[in-house]
Amino acid sequence: MSAWIERTAAEQAAALASGEVTSVELVQAHLDQIAATNGDLNAFLHVDASGALEQAAASDARRAAGEPLHELDGVPIAIKDVLATEGLPTTAGSKILEGWIPPYDGTVTARIKAAGLPILGKTNMDEFAMGSSNENSAYGAVRNPWNLDRIPGGSGGGSAAAVAAFQAPLAIGSDTGGSIRQPGAMTGTVGVKPTYGSVSRYGVIALANSLDQLGPCTRTVLDAALLQELIGGHDPMDSTSVPNPVEGLVAAAREGAAGDLSGLRVGVVKELQGDAWSADVVERFDESVSVLKDLGADVVEVSLPSFVHAMAAYYLILPAECSSNLAKFDAMRYGLRVTPEGSPSAEDVMRVSRDAGFGDEVKRRIIIGTYALSSGYYDAYYGQAQKIRTLIIDDFKRAFESVDVLVSPTAPSTAWPIGEKADDPLAMYLQDLATIPANLAGVPGISIPSGVSSADGLPTGIQFLAPVLEDARLYRVGAALEAALLDKWGGPIGPSSYTSKEA
Amino acid sequence: MADTLIDFDEVVATYDPALGLEVHVELNTNTKMFCGCPTTFGGEPNTQVCPTCLGLPGAMPVVNAKAVEAAIRIGLALNCDIAEWCRFARKNYFYPDMPKNFQTSQYDEPICFEGYLDVDVEGETFRVEIERAHMEEDTGKSTHIGGATGRIQGADHSLVDYNRAGIPLIEIVTKPILGAGEKAPLVARAYVAQLRDLIVALGVSDARMDQGSIRADVNLSLSPKGSGVLGTRTETKNVNSLRSVERAVRFEMSRHAAVLDAGGSILQETRHFHEADGTTSSGRPKSDAEDYRYFPEPDLVPVAPSREWVEELRGTLPENPTAKRARLQEEWGFSDLEMRDTVGAGALSLVEETVAAGASPQSARKWWLSDLARRANDAGVELAEVGVTPEQVAGVQRLVDAKTINDKLARQVFDGLIAGEGTPEEIVAARGLAVVSDDGALSAAVDKAIETNPDVADKIRDGKVAAAGALIGAVMKEMRGQADAGRVRELILEKLA
Repeated sequence: MSAWIERTAAEQAAALASGEVTSVELVQAHLDQIAATNGDLNAFLHVDASGALEQAAASDARRAAGEPLHELDGVPIAIKDVLATEGLPTTAGSKILEGWIPPYDGTVTARIKAAGLPILGKTNMDEFAMGSSNENSAYGAVRNPWNLDRIPGGSGGGSAAAVAAFQAPLAIGSDTGGSIRQPGAMTGTVGVKPTYGSVSRYGVIALANSLDQLGPCTRTVLDAALLQELIGGHDPMDSTSVPNPVEGLVAAAREGAAGDLSGLRVGVVKELQGDAWSADVVERFDESVSVLKDLGADVVEVSLPSFVHAMAAYYLILPAECSSNLAKFDAMRYGLRVTPEGSPSAEDVMRVSRDAGFGDEVKRRIIIGTYALSSGYYDAYYGQAQKIRTLIIDDFKRAFESVDVLVSPTAPSTAWPIGEKADDPLAMYLQDLATIPANLAGVPGISIPSGVSSADGLPTGIQFLAPVLEDARLYRVGAALEAALLDKWGGPIGPSSYTSKEA
Repeated sequence: MADTLIDFDEVVATYDPALGLEVHVELNTNTKMFCGCPTTFGGEPNTQVCPTCLGLPGAMPVVNAKAVEAAIRIGLALNCDIAEWCRFARKNYFYPDMPKNFQTSQYDEPICFEGYLDVDVEGETFRVEIERAHMEEDTGKSTHIGGATGRIQGADHSLVDYNRAGIPLIEIVTKPILGAGEKAPLVARAYVAQLRDLIVALGVSDARMDQGSIRADVNLSLSPKGSGVLGTRTETKNVNSLRSVERAVRFEMSRHAAVLDAGGSILQETRHFHEADGTTSSGRPKSDAEDYRYFPEPDLVPVAPSREWVEELRGTLPENPTAKRARLQEEWGFSDLEMRDTVGAGALSLVEETVAAGASPQSARKWWLSDLARRANDAGVELAEVGVTPEQVAGVQRLVDAKTINDKLARQVFDGLIAGEGTPEEIVAARGLAVVSDDGALSAAVDKAIETNPDVADKIRDGKVAAAGALIGAVMKEMRGQADAGRVRELILEKLA
């Protein structure tokens, strides 16, 4: 019998239902793992041991009383520090919000609480979700459980590392340009960016409102489906929320796991291949594609020509929106306040506090965004970027006329050494080449492990994309591939130093 | 501050004024523009706030449908086109009373555009063209402590109340108003007055200029007469009464002319209006290049009112003000001059409500345009804010009609009403104001007056009835005003017949 923490969320839920284990025991096991490993990993910024144990005890009491329970009631979860949690610090990885405790719950937080999942704590992230390596956190980099000298991906490196290292079976991430999927690929875990608007953003500290989406970070496709169904659905507090819930995700994952993909049309994206993709990543990708064929899928190559402009458009739209979003951090109402000497004006306090509270990457994007929105430049930059966005949406529509899902490697390489790209923002931005188009178009995407690199022994990821609201397709194909690969590997891949020795 | 001024007549002989008015109307929706917080005025500071209107990290806006409805109704009443599709935009600038450091407003896609309002100025109709009416949220309210002026300069600290942050506003912007000439101050005033009446009739705002629920910014420029070239403008902010609108235009015209006559040029800037002396002073420079980095609000979806809804709302509009004035004039039997004075005094709806409460049109007009207008003027407030309601005016007139009091005593009843002493009846009782209708007491006073004024009495006996006034005056004095002058006259004539 493996340790409880190595069980999937679905397995933990089943064990709770059968009375094999209590929620308090599960939470304690995860808290123990966090205590043992977080010093190395830095995946959690804040651990709420007493709160989680209290919620676990309440869950056990509900179960004992025979109350109707959500399927995941009692299964612990971690939340990226970008989502407001009443009474728990929420910093978005920034010094400017150090010590801020929200007086309210984001909608997803509220849904998690209502379903009875004990919240273990808040996970580390690149400051305001800006980064692909987690090195931009004001509270120190997260380390990859597969190799502590490597980055775990970003911006959701904390959630991905926590799940990979069995600190939590489930975590919430946020994906603006790949911040759930790319860390999934870097840590050998599953990450899903749902259809834009299908999971409420209320309570998410916005990076780029038109791109941000919360989603699940898990170790299996089924767990991701369970979590997305829990957190999704219309929210009147989020005006961009779609009216109807995206349904059938768990059913699709179960159906997919049976392993039959006959009739499924899969398009390999022509523009997400080539020299930018390292050979070991491509090797595992090709292997997965042939598995898909073995499962009955029709695989063809499709071209989405405007993808080549996606990066440029993204790095105008995102900074423009974030330059405005981050204006509220002005030391007037909450957060860090630095008061300069003498008799400073309110503007002086704002300026000095923002200078002290924001990191370099945040300042870089505020400056770019402020410039892009400036009078006289708006049409040339923000306006043009929005046109590219329309072209990308059109490309997706055209592609989905001939295929059901698109597929590419999630990221061009495996996890790189900490520090390697820290001074080269462009090289860092290019890591999101494959993940950004989905955010620009609002379509859903999933990353699942495609294996381990033959070059460095680190995990690689494969990404599927589906049309808007067709998230179920991702779960079907993802679960089918996952099952076939597990079969091939003889069990899940994972960072060996973090698995239990009793297996 | 010694602004040289040019006499107004000289200004209009030399220059053509161009006016532009931006009026902010605070809507009376129950909740704020983008959240569910209440909008009631006067709450304890920072008690009507939530994560959204405080701009807390993660909070999101949701559009108040009632505010959109009000915006559309205002637009329709101003003969505007209603956009089939429009968006909110962020207006980015830093200020401590703006929780997000951007104001959610509308930029190049206003919900209402291309309309007009016909305003009456001394019997002439001016068509004021409306460029746009758009939706936005109000800011918080700063109070600067420790400075001499109450402004931020020199203050040692400031307090911010966010109760007002997020209250829905409709900003109504005119096109440049040209050709008003010497009537420019009156046109500005009449436009704001009629706009306010329209807002009142629509029922979408408290429309209290004194509480800031209607605020006007007055843009003005001068150009050499006949040149047709618009001059540099100034924007006098937050002018908060009809009278001030007129005075601000007049002052700025005289000031601009003085600067231009001296060979100077007008600095494009905002200006503050001073109620006390009717002057303006320099605010902050304002260039057209001021960069608010507008972009569409990504947290909101576009507003796309269906044509069916717009037509449904058109059906809820109150009577067109011009048609309504014509109808009321007919119903009330007012002369053109009486009607013009009534409109000019901002008394139209007050008279209408007073008539509705039972008074005759002439009596309603008499009270509002004489005694009450004088009180409002003395207090420097709008007529509607003088402290007496149309129902109370009708109540006072009822007492006059019943000969319980006379006009002179009625003025004392108004004193009591303004002092909050109760209903007209209660005030008459408490102040002992009822006229003496006891003929015994009156008769004695008349006898005494005849006795002490034998010369006058003789004249009346000789048929010079007009001389009775002197005796009536003596009787009224004796009775300390509490007598029915008509009855006194009758008694005098009876006794001296």
